Amino acid sequence: MKNKEPIILLVVVFFSLLTYYLVEPYAHHVMHKHVESEGFAYKDLPELTKTGDATRGQELVMGAGACVGCHSIEAAGMPAAMEPQMAAASYGVNPPDLSNAGVVYDEKFLADLIKNPAHALKVEHKYTPESGKMHPMVAFYGAGGDIDQEVADMVAYLKSIAVSQEELTPRMAYELACGRCHAMSYENWTQIGEKPSFKHEKDSLAYDIKVLEYQDSLKAYMGKLPPDLSMYIRSRGEHFVSTFIENPQSHLEGTAMPRVGVTAETAEKVIEHMQDVGDTKRHEREAVGKNVMIYIIIFAILALLWKKQVWRDLH
Amino acid sequence: MAHFTKATSVKDWLNQRLAIEKVEKVMASEYWIPKNINFLWAMGMVLVITFMLLLVSGIFLLMYYQPNIDTAFYSVNYTIMREVDFGWLWRHIHGVAASVVFLIIYIHMFTGIYYGSYKQGREMIWVSGMLLFVAFSAEAFSGYMLPWGQMSYWAGMVITNLFAGGSLHADFLVEWIRGDYVPAQAFLTRFFMLHVLLIPLAILGLIGLHFATLRIPHVNNQDGEEIDFDAEAKKYLAGDKAGSKVMRFANDFMSKDMMVVGVYLIFFFYLVFWNYGFAMDPVNFDPADGLKTPAHIYPEWYFLWSYEILRPFSVDIGLIAFAFAQVIFVLLPWLDRSPNTIPANRRGMFAIWFWVMLVNMIVLTAMGKLPPEDPFSTIGLVSALLFIAQWVMLPFITKNEKRA
Repeated sequence: MKNKEPIILLVVVFFSLLTYYLVEPYAHHVMHKHVESEGFAYKDLPELTKTGDATRGQELVMGAGACVGCHSIEAAGMPAAMEPQMAAASYGVNPPDLSNAGVVYDEKFLADLIKNPAHALKVEHKYTPESGKMHPMVAFYGAGGDIDQEVADMVAYLKSIAVSQEELTPRMAYELACGRCHAMSYENWTQIGEKPSFKHEKDSLAYDIKVLEYQDSLKAYMGKLPPDLSMYIRSRGEHFVSTFIENPQSHLEGTAMPRVGVTAETAEKVIEHMQDVGDTKRHEREAVGKNVMIYIIIFAILALLWKKQVWRDLH
Repeated sequence: MAHFTKATSVKDWLNQRLAIEKVEKVMASEYWIPKNINFLWAMGMVLVITFMLLLVSGIFLLMYYQPNIDTAFYSVNYTIMREVDFGWLWRHIHGVAASVVFLIIYIHMFTGIYYGSYKQGREMIWVSGMLLFVAFSAEAFSGYMLPWGQMSYWAGMVITNLFAGGSLHADFLVEWIRGDYVPAQAFLTRFFMLHVLLIPLAILGLIGLHFATLRIPHVNNQDGEEIDFDAEAKKYLAGDKAGSKVMRFANDFMSKDMMVVGVYLIFFFYLVFWNYGFAMDPVNFDPADGLKTPAHIYPEWYFLWSYEILRPFSVDIGLIAFAFAQVIFVLLPWLDRSPNTIPANRRGMFAIWFWVMLVNMIVLTAMGKLPPEDPFSTIGLVSALLFIAQWVMLPFITKNEKRA
């Protein structure tokens, strides 16, 4: 009698794979729009044409640029004037500390942001003339000289005070780029910082009230409370998160979420942090997986040999 | 009272009280299996192993899972996935096994249909198997509610809504099932109970029944051959192992079972560690939110074909078609009017019926996941009609089948 098992196996595998292909890759391809990454090149923003001077930049940032009217720069000894929830009550969201802005954000993005915040952030649809609303960050109209030179100077200054790319940890990247709007409860992160452990419950509750106050302002500013990102790496996947960070409008046209403007390296770090929170056991999974595979393959070989031995007498 | 003598060994002691030797013969060494069967006959063992994986991983998950709408998601995604040693492994095994078990069930079912293993004394094997399928479906659905993610919540909403019966507007029934107007705490707790107690008990009982149904008619074979099991068993026991048409279940067939299980486990653990996405829908990693409907709501892949029989019609007709699809497989032994218990490829029209049914169910599965827009909804409608038509046709095409 002819052995039909190989052909039967082929039929079973074929129909299983066909079903898998249709319900997984193909269905997802149809259901979700595919967004290609530009590699965080920000091609829509103009290149910096001038070489910046950090010393002049410092004068502008501290003086005529009026950055420090709203932003703290702890690296330059300028702490925040208000607590985060108070700042959010004024601006909608706590303006970021600029100490590491030079390493987290792309320089083209920073330059465009200084000149035209709503444009760089891709939220111009929110601030149309009809809406009567103004972006809380005031545009820089120049300090009397060549505005492009002045902007380049300020960017150069921000880069000069920032930590190096190597010193920027995934956690820092997340906190700066995402953390003022998105909590990450699995890491104890709130929009106003990491919640300390308090000895007394009333202190803990007082902290929670500040968070709630901050969230109320944020809700009014963004339209809804931005989601907690603890499990987003599992619910959205790396590709979605990455392209969404690059340009939220590409996935969700009209969203209130601004373009974050981070560099490609920072985006990678943000994703790494999200994996450190939502997929903590990924390295262990790889390692355990290999060992389990070795064990099972040995089991399968032994089972095969046993079958051969038992069946020798049956034919 | 039975007469007991002083035992000569532990085995003898047990033998006098439990007849373990006899039990071993009945269950294993003199449970006769035809030799002319292929690896598809090992799917039963593969299912047993998968069920064991589900049971063991489920027990570990049960130690940390909290059936509370405020903490369920956290207990799964934080406590089990991050805090508990190897909690992630148990969850991945449980999630992947819950999906793969249906792949094996479908292979097992279509094997039965192809070889006619539901006829001439084997009807109860088929019926008990279909009851197991229903129990596993309920188990899968109730388990899917437990992480209390977006898909848990919305699948729970959609599926329980079906019980309103369309135009019957039996909302009281829906509320009775949910214990509330919407899926909430009462809903989660009762599905937790169903998932960890009542349905597993039913499954264990049905597995026992399914095994028992095999005893008298014996396992079918791949050539549709009628075997005289008593005569062949005598031949085997007399020493003519090679000449006999049957073999022992253990160790003879069991060794082949284990070989297939070995290959299967390689595939299974590959999925657990490297390709689990199909079984753990990303949408369910968002916590349940009754105010935010996901863009696409779809059941897990193994329910898609019946979902697609529901979807292309208007509500009432859809529900009738859906109910039809749920029960019609059970009736297969009586809808197939042919007296032949032989493989489908030797049954003329039935062979075509079989392959069309298989391909059509895959088409239905695919359309069930795709968004309900053209061309998918048209293909789905045609497929659903074809599915129903095939079952209506079955008695007629098998009635005229020539006796083989």
